[in-house]
Amino acid sequence: MVSGRNKFLVGGLFILAAVVYLIISSTKASVEYFKTVDELLAQRETVMGKSIRLSGAVVGDTITYNPDSLTLSFEVAHIPGKNEEIDAAGGLAAVLHEAVSDPLRSRILISYSGIKPDLLQNEAQAIMTGHLGDDGIFYADELLLKCPTKYEQGVPEQVSGN
Amino acid sequence: MIVEFGYGILILTFILSLYASGAAIFGAVKKNDKVIETARRAQLLTFPLLAIATTSLVYLLISNHFEVNYVYSVTDIAMPLYLKITALWGGQPGSLLFWAFLLSIFTSAVTLRKWDRDRDILPWVIVVTSVTLGFFLALIIFFENPFTRWWQTETGDFVAQMFAPTGAILANPMDGQGLNPLLRHPGMIIHPPLLYLGFVSFVIPFAFAIATLITGRTDDRWIRLTRGWTLLAWLFLSLGLVLGMRWAYDVLGWGGYWGWDPVEIAALMPWLTGTPFLHSVMIEEKRGLLKIWNLFLIILTYSLVIFGTFLTRSGVLSSVHAFAQSAIGPMFFAFIGLTFIISTALVITRWKDFHSDMPMKSMLSREALFLLNNLLFMGILIVCLWGVLFPLISELVTGVKVTVGPPFYERAVAPLLAALMALMGIAPLSVWGRSTLKTLGKAAWKPVIPTLVISILLFSFGMRNWIGLIGFTLIAFVIMISLFEFAKGTKARVISMKENIVQAITHLVTHNRRRYGGYIIHIAMVVMAIGILGIEVFQTTAQKSLSIGDTIEISGYTVQFDSLAQFPNSDGRLITRAEMSIFKGDQFLGIVHPRFDVYPSGQPMTIAGVRSTLADDLYIVLANWEDVSSSKAPFKIYHNPLINWLWIGSLIFIIGYLVAAWPAKERSSN
Repeated sequence: MVSGRNKFLVGGLFILAAVVYLIISSTKASVEYFKTVDELLAQRETVMGKSIRLSGAVVGDTITYNPDSLTLSFEVAHIPGKNEEIDAAGGLAAVLHEAVSDPLRSRILISYSGIKPDLLQNEAQAIMTGHLGDDGIFYADELLLKCPTKYEQGVPEQVSGN
Repeated sequence: MIVEFGYGILILTFILSLYASGAAIFGAVKKNDKVIETARRAQLLTFPLLAIATTSLVYLLISNHFEVNYVYSVTDIAMPLYLKITALWGGQPGSLLFWAFLLSIFTSAVTLRKWDRDRDILPWVIVVTSVTLGFFLALIIFFENPFTRWWQTETGDFVAQMFAPTGAILANPMDGQGLNPLLRHPGMIIHPPLLYLGFVSFVIPFAFAIATLITGRTDDRWIRLTRGWTLLAWLFLSLGLVLGMRWAYDVLGWGGYWGWDPVEIAALMPWLTGTPFLHSVMIEEKRGLLKIWNLFLIILTYSLVIFGTFLTRSGVLSSVHAFAQSAIGPMFFAFIGLTFIISTALVITRWKDFHSDMPMKSMLSREALFLLNNLLFMGILIVCLWGVLFPLISELVTGVKVTVGPPFYERAVAPLLAALMALMGIAPLSVWGRSTLKTLGKAAWKPVIPTLVISILLFSFGMRNWIGLIGFTLIAFVIMISLFEFAKGTKARVISMKENIVQAITHLVTHNRRRYGGYIIHIAMVVMAIGILGIEVFQTTAQKSLSIGDTIEISGYTVQFDSLAQFPNSDGRLITRAEMSIFKGDQFLGIVHPRFDVYPSGQPMTIAGVRSTLADDLYIVLANWEDVSSSKAPFKIYHNPLINWLWIGSLIFIIGYLVAAWPAKERSSN
C-alpha cells in the first residue's frame, strides 16, 4: 500500500500526465503552419496536405465569384511574414499595395467555397487556413480579411487652422 | 484648459500614490502610526482626484474636442451620447485611466474600513495597491496620455503631443474617426466595465495576501477579510465574460459566441485561477490546509489580471507576435515579472511558517476533491497558456512559425471540463476529512437513478453523439445531486423543526448561504453547459444565394427571402435589410430581419436576424452587400440548438451569487 502522502503525489502526477498528453495530442492534431506565398511554393512537397495558415495580398482583378454555387477564387501575392519586415517596408498598406502592383511577385490561386466576405477587395490582406492541393491550388476552409487603411491611427484629414 | 487641468491632476495623483507607498513602508518599518496615517490619507485622495481626471476626459469626449488625439481617434460628431461616454474605454489610453479610476475607488473603500484588529497589515495593503495604481498612472502619464493634442508645426506636419512644439499651432480636426463599429453596441456600456471591475477587485485580496506574508502572520484572516472582494471580483469577471460572449453572438455575425482568440483567453485566464481560489480558500478556512497554494493562486491571479488588462486593450487582436509593437508592452512585462518574482520570493522565504494544520488523508474526502478541482482548473490554464505561448516557443526553438486554433483548445479542454462537471456532482456528497467509495456510493445512488433515466431517454430518442450523451448525462447528474441536497436538507428541517416546506427551504438556505448559494451556482454552470454543448456539438449551417421568394431548408425549418430594402440611418450608416419568413412545415413562425450596416468610413458590419426559442436559435446572416441591385442575395443560416440556456444559466448564476454573498443577518454561517 502506498502511504498517505505518496498516494496524493501519484494522483497529482497522474493528472499532470493526463494534461500533458491532452496538450501534446491536441497540438499534433490541430497545429497550423504559418506560411508566406514564397515559402509555400518553395516547400510544395513537404507541406502538401498539412494544415496551413497562409497570408497574402488580394489581387483585385483576379477575384471570381459565383453567387449561385458560392464558389470563390482569387489570387494572392506574396507579402513578408514578419511584422518587422512589414514595418521596415513602410507599413502594411504600403506592403500590400506594392505586392499587388508588382507583376513579378509570386502569386497563388486560392479556392474557397462560401459567401464572399465584405472585405475581399483589391489590396486587402487575406489570412487563410486550409491546405495545398496536388493541383497547386490552395484550398481555404477559412478566410479572414484585413483592410489596413481603415482604423489605422492617422493624421487628421480635415483641419481648420486655429 | 481642461486638457492641462486633467493632465495636472494625473501627475498630482501619481505623486500622491508614490508618497503613499513610500510613507507606508517608512511608517511600517519605523512603527510610526502618524506617517502611516498620512499614507492612508494620500491614498484616500486618489479617488476624488482620479474622478476629476476621468470626468475631464469624459467631458472632452462628449463635447467633440477633436483637437485631443484620443477624442479624435475614438469619437465622431454623429455618435450618440452614450457611445461617446463609453468611448472612455474604447481605446488604450482611456481604458488605462478608467482602470486606474476603478482601482482608486476600491483602494479608498478598503482604506476606509475599520482597521482596529489589523493595524499591522494596513500599511502593506497601502503599499501594494499604491504601487499598482502608481504603475498604471505612470503608463498613462508617460506613454499613453489620453490628453495629448494635435499640433501643426511650422513645416505643416501634424504631431500629437501634450504641449505645443515650438512655433506650432493647435490643430482642430472637423470631425473624429469614430469608434470602431464593432464597439458600437449597447454591450459596450456594460461588458468592458464589468471585466475591468472583475480585474481590479482581485487586486484587493492580492494586497492582503502580500501584507500577510510581509507582516509574518500565518492565519487565514486575509482570506476572511477579503472574501467579499474575491466573490465580487469573481461575479464581475464571470458576468463580463458571459456578456462578451453574448456581444460576440449578437454582433460578430459568425454564429458563435467564443473563438479562442488571444484576447478572449487573456480575459478567461484570471477566471481560471480565481475560481479554484474561491474553492480552495474554503479548505484553508475549514481544515487549515493548502495555505501556500492559496497564496500562490492569488499571486498568479493578480499577474494574469495585469496581463489580461494589457492584452484586452492593446489592439494586438490577431497576433501574439505583435506584443513588441506597443510601446507599453515591455513595461507591462517588466511589471508583471517583477511583482510575480517578489511575491513568489516572499512565499518561499516564509514557506516553513505555513505548514498545514492537519494532513490530508482520504483521497475521496471533500478537501481532496477540492484539490482535484484546483488541479483540473490549473490544467485548463496550462492548456490556454500553451496555446498562447507555443507559437512563440516554436518560432524561437525551431524557427517554424505555427499557430493553434480553436480545435486545439476544444480538444484539450473538453475532457478537463467533463471531469470538472463530474466533480461538481460528486464533491457535495463527500465529507470533510474522510469519505470512502462506500459512503459516496450510498449518498449517490438516489440522484444517479433519475440521471440514468435521462441518459437512456436521450439515447432512445435517437441521440447517438457520444460527446452529447456524456455531456448531458453529466449535466443531469450535477442538477440531480444539487436538487437532492436541497431536498435532503429541507426534509430534515420539516421532520426535526416541524416547519412547512417553504419555511424549511428558506431557513435551510439563509442558515448556510454559502453552501446552498454554491449549489445554485453549480446548477447555473451546468445550465450554461447545456447551451455550450448544444451549439458546439449540434450546430448545423446552410448557405445559399436566394432570389426574392426563394427558400432554404435547415434542420426542419424553411426560411423564405421576402424582400430587401436599403436606407440611410440618421448617424450616416447605410442600412441594407432583408426580410425573411420562417416556417416549420406549413406553420408560419415569424419574420426576422438580418441586415448589414455600412459606416461612413466604409467599414461594414453584419447583424444577424435571430429567431430565438428555448429549444434553438435560427441565426440568419445576410452576407454580401455588393449585389443588392441584382435582387439576389446570399444568406448563411446557423441552427444553434439550446444556445439560450447559456444566457439563462448566467441569470441563475446571479441569483446563486446573491444567495451566497448576501450579508448574513442572524449569524455568520462559518
